[in-house]
Amino acid sequence: MSTYVGNAADAPKFQVAAKRLVRDTQLRHNVRHATGVIRKKRAIVVDEMPDWHELRESGHEIKQHVMRHLDFYLEQFEKACTAAGGTVHWARDADEANGIIVGLVQAHQAKEVIKVKTMTSDEIRLNVALEAAGITPYETDLADLIVQLGEDKPSHIVVPALHRNRMEIRRIFLDKMNLSELSDKPEDLAAAARVYLREKFLRVPVAISGANFAIANSGSVCVVESEGNGRMCISLPRVLISLVGIEKIIPTFQDLEVFLQTLPRSATGERMNPYNSIWTGVTPDDGPQEFHVVLLDNGRTKVLGDREARETLDCIRCGACLNACPVYRQTGGHAYGSVYAGPIGAILTPQLQSMEHSQTLPYASSLCGACYEVCPVKINIPEILVHLRGKVVERGDGPFVERMAMKAAAYALESPERLDRARKLGRIAQVPFTKDGIISHLPGGLDAWTAVRDLPAIPQESFREWWVKRERQTGL
Amino acid sequence: MSTARDEILERIRDAMGGATSTREAEYAAIPRNYRRTGSLETSAKLELFVARLLDYGATVYHAPENDVAVSVREALKARAKASLLIPRDLPRAWLPDGFNFFREGPSYQEVEASEGVLTDCALAIAATGTIVLRHSAGEARRALSLIPDYHLCVVFASQVVETVPEGIQLMKAFVDVPITTIAGPSATADIEMTRVKGVHGPRTLDVILAG
Repeated sequence: MSTYVGNAADAPKFQVAAKRLVRDTQLRHNVRHATGVIRKKRAIVVDEMPDWHELRESGHEIKQHVMRHLDFYLEQFEKACTAAGGTVHWARDADEANGIIVGLVQAHQAKEVIKVKTMTSDEIRLNVALEAAGITPYETDLADLIVQLGEDKPSHIVVPALHRNRMEIRRIFLDKMNLSELSDKPEDLAAAARVYLREKFLRVPVAISGANFAIANSGSVCVVESEGNGRMCISLPRVLISLVGIEKIIPTFQDLEVFLQTLPRSATGERMNPYNSIWTGVTPDDGPQEFHVVLLDNGRTKVLGDREARETLDCIRCGACLNACPVYRQTGGHAYGSVYAGPIGAILTPQLQSMEHSQTLPYASSLCGACYEVCPVKINIPEILVHLRGKVVERGDGPFVERMAMKAAAYALESPERLDRARKLGRIAQVPFTKDGIISHLPGGLDAWTAVRDLPAIPQESFREWWVKRERQTGL
Repeated sequence: MSTARDEILERIRDAMGGATSTREAEYAAIPRNYRRTGSLETSAKLELFVARLLDYGATVYHAPENDVAVSVREALKARAKASLLIPRDLPRAWLPDGFNFFREGPSYQEVEASEGVLTDCALAIAATGTIVLRHSAGEARRALSLIPDYHLCVVFASQVVETVPEGIQLMKAFVDVPITTIAGPSATADIEMTRVKGVHGPRTLDVILAG
């Protein structure tokens, strides 16, 4: 039994991966273009809402309330879902969830399953577990299909193939769908996916979905989507298994009135996404006659235990913070080494792993605050990033030089005289490294800082020095 | 050995320092200062709804309340359709002569081979151009309005509310049956964020606004 987030524990440090990826100009172009388009669309449909701030506030308060009473709401959901004919399973970690799901598929002697986009399944490496058991999973979301056929990794939580352009997608489809010809027009590529998947939708007997919302008082599950692959998977097969992180619970159906306004506008810049499916247990003569929900912890209760970082779990996975992040827009999602990239990934990934892995992710940010500003549930990501940096340092996992530098800074900042002396010393020491007022390469262990940024040199005169001189000259 | 269920619930209680008894009062006190009702006159509300549908690329037909059939005929002619699937309880009066209408019941393969489907709806939301299907005798099981490539949907003017909260309020009454909300034909922007209309759901959606 173990808790993990995809392969994040084995991923290289963010700074190392980022350095390599920013050299890929095609990737940077693709990411900048795609995030630019979503940002523009989002801004238009958010600006037209006179009550956007109030919706964010309510979304935040609802989620905070759920976290305070999560035990109650989970039990309420279980009771209502069971009463409606569903079966609820609980999984402490990734391995346990995979075991439950593989067991359910095997109980039906199924060799194939169709899947609706679920990042949570990537978190627990469900496809690997299915394949190990001889079960073939078919991803049905277009972007997920591109990632799966390309033997690639998702780079965005809403648009996982955002790092690919049409020429690359055409090549993947030609190879993997055994097509003799295909243009690179998005319409033709989408049509190819339609044909490729249609036969599977009508034939494969078991589907696996995630959930955007699980409604406690009715036991209903809601899936938000655009392509219709979600509708296919949740309503055509005989058996449906929904993998639901325990933080996806909302108290009542009524609460959808908040999230169904903020999620589509934040995620894809649409007033409403083309399709929402909401179902409750099993319905005679309509859709799957066997329905399972797997409630997943996998580190979430650990996050809950940290009061200052708890609101990480409020996330509704809209991806707006990725699109807004100046760091993500340069590096793309793969640099984060996690299925959860961008600012939310930088706080969620290490916490789910009890801060034992991915410790460089809280540093993958300039703390500019753009993520907080666009978050539809007002998660204060910059504050949590700083909090987590503190935890990394406390654990003694911070860089040695940084810890020494912090000690030196604490000493120098103790008194104005010490600061003055340190500054004078610095002005002399920096001479060999300074060019045009900029330091691009510091020596020794300090080069970790300048490896990814330039440092302005200490000016010849500080503000305090200038002030003192001015007072003397003007006699003020 | 404790079960996963007990252990997870225990972890939550440990993390949160035990349950408090103020849950209901706390939930009731959540601020909801967003717009919960619309402010538009009926005609402006319907205009907004139609504008949103057109924005999604749907074709909109206007029908008198008591003669839906005339618009069904018009839509089917425009799309060159000879036959459509229909739900079990769709009113006979909506069906024009000269076309074939099949009551629901066929297998997925037969639905797949059909030219399209005609349904009614439970309600619609003007602000977002959303049509809500309550899967029942009038709106059919889910497969029927999903597998065919063409969906013709009848919306009565009296079924249109302005805001999402007003729509959710009405949907609360039938949460026990499956619900699908539709805002335009299926779409994707997964390739370079270029919007492509029509992936797996019906690629064409036409709406008859009656009354």
